[in-house]
Amino acid sequence: MSFVAVSDLYKSYGPAPILERVSLQVPRGEFVTIVGASGCGKSTFLRMLLGQEQPDRGRIAVEGMPIPGEPGPDRGVVFQKYSVFPHLTVLQNLLLPAEIEKSPWLGRLFGESRKTAKAEAEALMEKIGLSHAAKRYPAQLSGGMQQRLAIAQALLKKPKILLLDEPFGALDPGIRQDMHELIGEIWREHAMTIFMVTHDIQEAFKLGTRLLVFDKVRHDPQHPGAYGATITYDLKLNKPAIASGNGPDESEAMPGDAAKEEAIP
Amino acid sequence: MRLINREPSRPVAIGLALLPFIALILAYVIASQIRLAENPSDKLLPSLATMGESMWNIAFVPDRRSGDLLFWVDTLASLQRLFIGLFISGAIALFVGCLAGFFPYARSFFAPFVAAFSLVPPITILPILFITLGLGEAAKIGLVVIGTTPAMIRSLAQAILAIPEEELVKAQTLGASSWQIITRIFLPQVWPVLLAALRIGLIPAWIFLVSAEAIASTEGLGYRIFLVRRYLAMDIILPYVAWITLLAYLTDRMFAWASRVLFPWAHLKGGGL
Repeated sequence: MSFVAVSDLYKSYGPAPILERVSLQVPRGEFVTIVGASGCGKSTFLRMLLGQEQPDRGRIAVEGMPIPGEPGPDRGVVFQKYSVFPHLTVLQNLLLPAEIEKSPWLGRLFGESRKTAKAEAEALMEKIGLSHAAKRYPAQLSGGMQQRLAIAQALLKKPKILLLDEPFGALDPGIRQDMHELIGEIWREHAMTIFMVTHDIQEAFKLGTRLLVFDKVRHDPQHPGAYGATITYDLKLNKPAIASGNGPDESEAMPGDAAKEEAIP
Repeated sequence: MRLINREPSRPVAIGLALLPFIALILAYVIASQIRLAENPSDKLLPSLATMGESMWNIAFVPDRRSGDLLFWVDTLASLQRLFIGLFISGAIALFVGCLAGFFPYARSFFAPFVAAFSLVPPITILPILFITLGLGEAAKIGLVVIGTTPAMIRSLAQAILAIPEEELVKAQTLGASSWQIITRIFLPQVWPVLLAALRIGLIPAWIFLVSAEAIASTEGLGYRIFLVRRYLAMDIILPYVAWITLLAYLTDRMFAWASRVLFPWAHLKGGGL
């Protein structure tokens, strides 16, 4: 059984189909990058994995269980922007997950529990290089710093799956390089399964262990919106899921269905 | 250098800002002197000295009939009505605006009604208020509330709708419940909008307050202006108008300052007034 199993997904907005016949098996620890033309439904696919949108037909299961119909803490997310809370400082943003978890009514921690959460947040800030900016608000951070904060915040819940929707799309090339290293490290260290939508094909090849291309297979020139997109290429990139040596579940990372490398159409 | 690229230095900027005020006062003084030279008992443009004297009498000499210092009694009465009115409309706007912003069902319920109600000219409701609530404080405060609430509801609901959906999704992936999303994500972002809405509401609030006081009252800044109008007492009216303007300005600055101190994050982008 695959970690993430998507079977025969169909989604339309009104009469226009967006995605059709999308099936996918992803083993644990894979870094899946998703590319495709604008409007081909790759972000829609990610939102369905997230639970933000529901498929019209088909199902998505994680570890054999259908995913709940709303976002939850087992699936973390980083968007291109608005992924952190503008009214909270860097430190407050990183304290928020603990506050939410441990204080259902006040949403705030005091005394010992706050100290523990603060220590964890500070350690994380150190790691992502934001210690000097602890008291700053997101609007006072550069784009790269905001995204690092967003990733760190998502990691605090230790999600099994991390969903990235063009997370580095708005960043300068140099900063993007740094972010690639950061996300690579995090992926290896936390043994997460990552789905990342990107516009940057080089980024997709560089980071991913598996590359999905979304596109329309069928075209009706009289009626361009008649058919939805599906996965047209499913490439196993030439590196093991979770870099060999330090992956905790290496054995699982060699999927039984690796044979599905050939292009589908 | 092109004119569009030239910036005044700080002292020059302050000087430019003061210029229109000085010009206005100067123009008044000159016009007043011309009129008074022709007719020393002219009431339309009293001299600054006359105004000062009249204001001294009304502010620091107890009224012969009631023994009150009328200017301060008027100021206190008006400010009390204004702030009670703004407090009530702020509370209503917060409640209804949040409901309409958070819950689609509440939006369908409230939005058309608020839109329709906001088009009723509030002053036409004043007779109804006087008939139903009597001539006391309730009617005057009620007019301020009716005149300011609909716009405040709309700006609050709009602000909540403008919070990016990404934040909502992100909060859910952090495990937040509906209650936690409202109290930790939405409400904190609503407070500065409420303060901004109160600032915008100040202008109609003063208009409706003065109108209500003009029609039925026994004290208040608006009442006094319309009372002494019968005696062409420009020496009272003009300073009162200036005083109301100053109070409105100070209240506005106070809200703006409170917002910057309490919600610094809301003032990071752009300058703002």
